[in-house]
Amino acid sequence: MQDEPTPIELTKAVADFLRNDIAPMFSGHHAFKLRVAINALDLVTRQLTLQAGGDEAEAGRLKQLLGVDGSLHDLNRTLAGKIAKGEVDLRTPGLAEHLWQTTMDKLAVDQPNYASYKREVERK
Amino acid sequence: MIEAELSRCVASFHPGATGVAGAAKLSGGASQETWSFDIVHPGGTIGAILRRAPQGYGASPSRAAGLGAEARLMQLAHDAGLPSPRVMHVLRPEDGLGTGFIMARIEGETIARKILRDESFAKARPLLARQLGKVAAGIHGLPRAQLPKLREMSATKEIGELEREVQSFNWPRPVFELALRWLRDNDPGPSAEVTLVHGDFRHGNLIIGPDGVRAVLDWELAHLGDPMEDLGWICVNSWRFGEIDKPVGGFGSREDLFAGYEESGRKADPARVTFWEVMGTLRWGVMCCGMMQRFRLGPDHSMERAMIGRRASETEIDLLRLLSPRGD
Repeated sequence: MQDEPTPIELTKAVADFLRNDIAPMFSGHHAFKLRVAINALDLVTRQLTLQAGGDEAEAGRLKQLLGVDGSLHDLNRTLAGKIAKGEVDLRTPGLAEHLWQTTMDKLAVDQPNYASYKREVERK
Repeated sequence: MIEAELSRCVASFHPGATGVAGAAKLSGGASQETWSFDIVHPGGTIGAILRRAPQGYGASPSRAAGLGAEARLMQLAHDAGLPSPRVMHVLRPEDGLGTGFIMARIEGETIARKILRDESFAKARPLLARQLGKVAAGIHGLPRAQLPKLREMSATKEIGELEREVQSFNWPRPVFELALRWLRDNDPGPSAEVTLVHGDFRHGNLIIGPDGVRAVLDWELAHLGDPMEDLGWICVNSWRFGEIDKPVGGFGSREDLFAGYEESGRKADPARVTFWEVMGTLRWGVMCCGMMQRFRLGPDHSMERAMIGRRASETEIDLLRLLSPRGD
């Protein structure tokens, strides 16, 4: 067992340090690069926080939808193949809901400030 | 160092020029660079832009029209009265600058967030969609016989290319597969009219001033095809920069875009435009995945590229909003 602090606590502390203490010292291209770096750390923090729950729910939906078991990657590969062949489509019960939920979970990690995502969150 | 070659080159096409000053690289990948500089002349300084492939980088990616074709298209657009910089000189081997061309520099803004938020563009914003409709109609009306050699594309060919690219990533993307399937099922077939298509008609490639559109840049992806492709591409949500209720570039409505387009006697086809908007959304998603691939495999191991890879999911939510909208 690894000791505390957790990776989430560490990435968050580093991002906060860069944001609050270092970013004000830069302008121009270096400020831009630093902002990208902070965004990357924030993304990692969100993924470490949210991924386990999201992946488990996604795998559960995929098993239900496809009627087979497998790794999350393999289940997604099977679904992608079935959509490509037209064996499942938006009329298939559960498909639209599954794709929506999976995509919302990705955006919650990747770009929670993306306007389309914020609009869809408000819809709920 | 580039100033010495530029000075020699400038003297050859601009009589009386005494040199150049302030050469600065604006952007540059491995194969193409853009430089800004001033031509010094007793009659006054002239702003200029060099767009070139340095020596040894002759080959361009398969989709690129090539710098010679770009220069020819910009000159044609300029001569037709479209907002396009005047091409001052096409590079020759004796210039020692590689291949490319020099054009007049046009002052204005290309950064979307400034165009959409800054007070200085407040008066321009409501005019832009209509103006750009008119500009697109002008581009599509350039006479075929005068155009340089360009690749010819169709919806069917484009779907095939996207499909191959999605497969090449070797990473399952059910939403991309859904979009590909929708595109195949809704392929409108060959366009009744095949015209010049700009191919990258969106923020970043448009110089905007407080008075509106001043120039269309970057003809790298120009080709022959369905003119509705340009109208669909500028409606892709990725170019709205948060202003998602204004489909044209985050500043205007489709109605204004189409009205401007039809002012010059051309006809917009809203259903085809929507089809190309879906295609364009998927294309940007595929381009994001391509950035991630280049980050992992290529020499450009930059954070920016890596993070653009994580923007593919933005196009997935936009594809779902287009293809499977949820009720209110």
